[in-house]
This record gives sequence, C-alpha cells and structure tokens, in this order.
Amino acid sequence: MTKPESEWTWKELPVGNVVLEPGNASQYRTGDWKTLKPVLKKELCIHCGLCYIFCPDMAYSLDKEGYFIADLFYCKGCGICSKECPTGAISMVLDGEEK
Amino acid sequence: MGKRVGMEVSVAAAEAVKQANVDVISAYPITPQTHIVEHLSELVANGELDAEFFCVESEHSALSVCVGAEATGARSFTCTSSQGLALMSEITYIASALRLPIVMIIANRTLSAPLSIWNDHSDAMSIRDCGWIQFFVENGQEVYDHVFISYRLGEDREVLLPVIINMDGFILSHVIEPFEMIEQEKIDQFLPPYQPLYRLHPDRPVTMGAFALPSIFAETKKAQEVAIRSSIPKILDVWKAFGEMTGRYYHPIETYRIEDAETLLVTMGSFSETASVAVDEMREKGRSVGLVKIRLWRPFPFEAFKKATLQAKQLVVIDRAVSVGGPGGPVASEVKAALYGYDSRPSVYNFVAGISGRDVSPSDFIKMVDKAEIEIEEGNKEGYELYGVRE
Repeated sequence: MTKPESEWTWKELPVGNVVLEPGNASQYRTGDWKTLKPVLKKELCIHCGLCYIFCPDMAYSLDKEGYFIADLFYCKGCGICSKECPTGAISMVLDGEEK
Repeated sequence: MGKRVGMEVSVAAAEAVKQANVDVISAYPITPQTHIVEHLSELVANGELDAEFFCVESEHSALSVCVGAEATGARSFTCTSSQGLALMSEITYIASALRLPIVMIIANRTLSAPLSIWNDHSDAMSIRDCGWIQFFVENGQEVYDHVFISYRLGEDREVLLPVIINMDGFILSHVIEPFEMIEQEKIDQFLPPYQPLYRLHPDRPVTMGAFALPSIFAETKKAQEVAIRSSIPKILDVWKAFGEMTGRYYHPIETYRIEDAETLLVTMGSFSETASVAVDEMREKGRSVGLVKIRLWRPFPFEAFKKATLQAKQLVVIDRAVSVGGPGGPVASEVKAALYGYDSRPSVYNFVAGISGRDVSPSDFIKMVDKAEIEIEEGNKEGYELYGVRE
C-alpha cells in the first residue's frame, strides 16, 4: 500500500475491498491505543532481552548500542515489559510526562 | 425455438442451474427447502451435472460454502426459504460486500411466528438491505430465464454482485407450468465461463474479507452503493440480450393496460398475473384501471417507476409482508419515497394481502380497488390496511 488507508478515496478501493498486497498490517498504527508508554532507564538495563521476548506485539527491537527499545508506532502500552523486567529498568509513564 | 414442456417450477429451476453449468451447489436439504436442491442432488448423483454438491447442516453454512467457493472462482448456487433465509442473513451481507456473484433462488415463504410454511414476502423483506441485486418473478418461465440472466449479470466485471431470484413459495415453486426450455448451445453462448476479477489462489495470494477501520469503512460502503446503483444499465443490457435470444423481453417495471388509467394497481411477484385478470375485468366494465408490476426490487428502479406512475390519480399498492409498527407495507413505503417531492403525484393506498399463503383472487383485487377509490374520494388519501382480516 502506498499511502495510509485514511487517505484512500472510495474510487481507489479494489472491488470487494480485496487486499492485493501482503504485509500491510505493518501500517496499522496500534501505538495510538496506549495511555502509558514504556521508558527505559539504561543504567539499570542488563540486556537480558526479556522485554523483547514477552512483548505480545513484537514492538521491541535491538538498537545499535545493544539496548532493546519499543517502537511506539506499534506499542499498545500493555506494560508486560515493565512487569517482567528483572531490574525494574522499564517504567510506564503517561505520554508527555516522561523525564 | 426451444422445446416446450410441462414441468414443476422447482424442477425447471434446477434444470436451469444445470444448464448454467454451476461448479458448486450448497444447500440445507430439509424444511424449509424446495425441490430445486432435491432435483439438483439427483442430477449430480446421476452424473448429469459435474458439480460439487455440499449437503450442509444449516443455511448459514450453505451460503458460507458458496462464499468460499465463489472466492476461489467457482460458479455457485444455493436456495432457501423463510427461516432458512433468516439463518442465512448474516452471510448475505458478506457475499455482497465481497462482491461475489453467487445466485440464490428464494421460494418466498412466511417467517414465524406463528409457525407457517406458506407463501409471503416477509423472508425477502428481512434481508431487503443486504446489497444483492433482487428480482421478483411472476411465473415459472421467469424463474428459469432469470437463472441465466442472473449469472451473466452478476459475473459481469462491471457488476460483480450476487443476485437473488424471488419466487412465491408454493404458488410458483410447487406448481406445474409449461416451459420453453432453451437449447444448451444458446445458453453456452449467452453465459460464458466465469472469469473472476480476483480469486483465492496460492500462486497469487490476496486477502478477502479483511477488517476495516472506521477511517475507511464508509468509503467501502460508498463503493458498494455506487456499484449496485450503477448496475441498472447493465441489467437492461442483459435483459435485452436475453430478449434477442429468446423473444422474451424483461423490464424493471412492467406495465399492463396503464394507458390513461386513473387508478393503477402496483404488485410484485405472482400477484401480478392474478391482478392482470382483475384489470381485464375492470377494463371491460369501462373502469380506468391499469397494472404496474415491480420486477427489479434492488436496485429500485426509481426512474422507470416514476415514468409509469406519476400521471395516475391513485396507486393501490398490494404488499405481501407487514412492516410491523412501520409506515405500511415495505413496497408501499418504497413507492411513497419514490414519489415524494412531486407536486402532482398520485395518492398511495396500501393493502397488505395474501400473507401466509391466503388466496387472493381477481375479485379480491377488484374489492381492493373499490375500497381504495372510495376511501381516497372521502379524503383518506394515504390509507393502509390488512386486507380481508376478520373484525
């Protein structure tokens, strides 16, 4: 899909709304469901990867420095990463209130 | 000219489905069902029709199988009645939104309660807004003919919509009528093999029936609405091509002796033949009465309807279903909406008659016209009543 579905006009829809391109679920912004977002204190992180393993949306990925970071486009703010983190490095904070 | 034979209407309908060379038939085999699928199961079992026959556990499954089959590009067919259609209703909306050109015959029968097996249009009206092209036919030949018309129409790339052929249960489905059968070579020419636009195939995967967010749902409905509304010229084209092949020409609104008529009866389905007898009797007595028959119910042919009726003084609309607590019968509501806003428009007097198979004879139509003309004369211009109910 070349543009977000909120920009499609009715004339552009394939007959029967058939989805012709695979993999377009990646364009679905589930990130705007959340009220709380995960914030990582890097000094506490031991790079165990449990957040990455437990994340039900596979929103976490490894960055260049070796930290697992949640992609907020997909993160629904469920807080499982924060709950499972063995060192308490991830806290859930209201959007816009993080320090 | 094709061979003329006497046959039960349901059996002739099954023969048409065979001649249309369907790939998949899926149906719930017992009440409420007709001889259509009974005969089709024989044809498949005898090897006379090379198709898959799915004998499923419910009508919900029957139409679901057709949706799946049609999505792979198979020409599919089902039929049902009354409670069976009610159980199927969820899937009727899905088939049309997915733009799958399934053809279904409904032998119109009453929805319970009280439990009834006889004819009326309450089943068809329960899925009025399901998005299928919907015909109401008048006799057995029209059922037979519309099987071919419906497949050719629905499968047209510019249409791609499922089609319902409504025929009155028992009054048509279980009677023996003369049929002019069309030669197979002609059918094969009229109805080429189905070439789906999209289909489920492992070589080219697509997703059908995906989820839609509020940000795009309205756009999908607009596309569907425009598709069915703009199918009218194509419907006319297919009827014209069929007429050229058989000599039987069909129209969205049929008229009978409407010239200069002050009063027009408006009917749908098998009522129409009986009403035409009543019109003849009234015309013989010098009364100014004609008949307007609605053949195309969805998309509703507003322009053709207005053209046929706007000049009349009054319309007597005969419904075969009750819209409980509503503005009158469903056909009358449609008629009133079609004429609304015209300064000079006929009064619309509405009767609901013949529900649950109660006989309506030509003399009943005359009584209804008499009653409507008197009521309108006395100032009750938009009356509505259930005809023949004992007080």
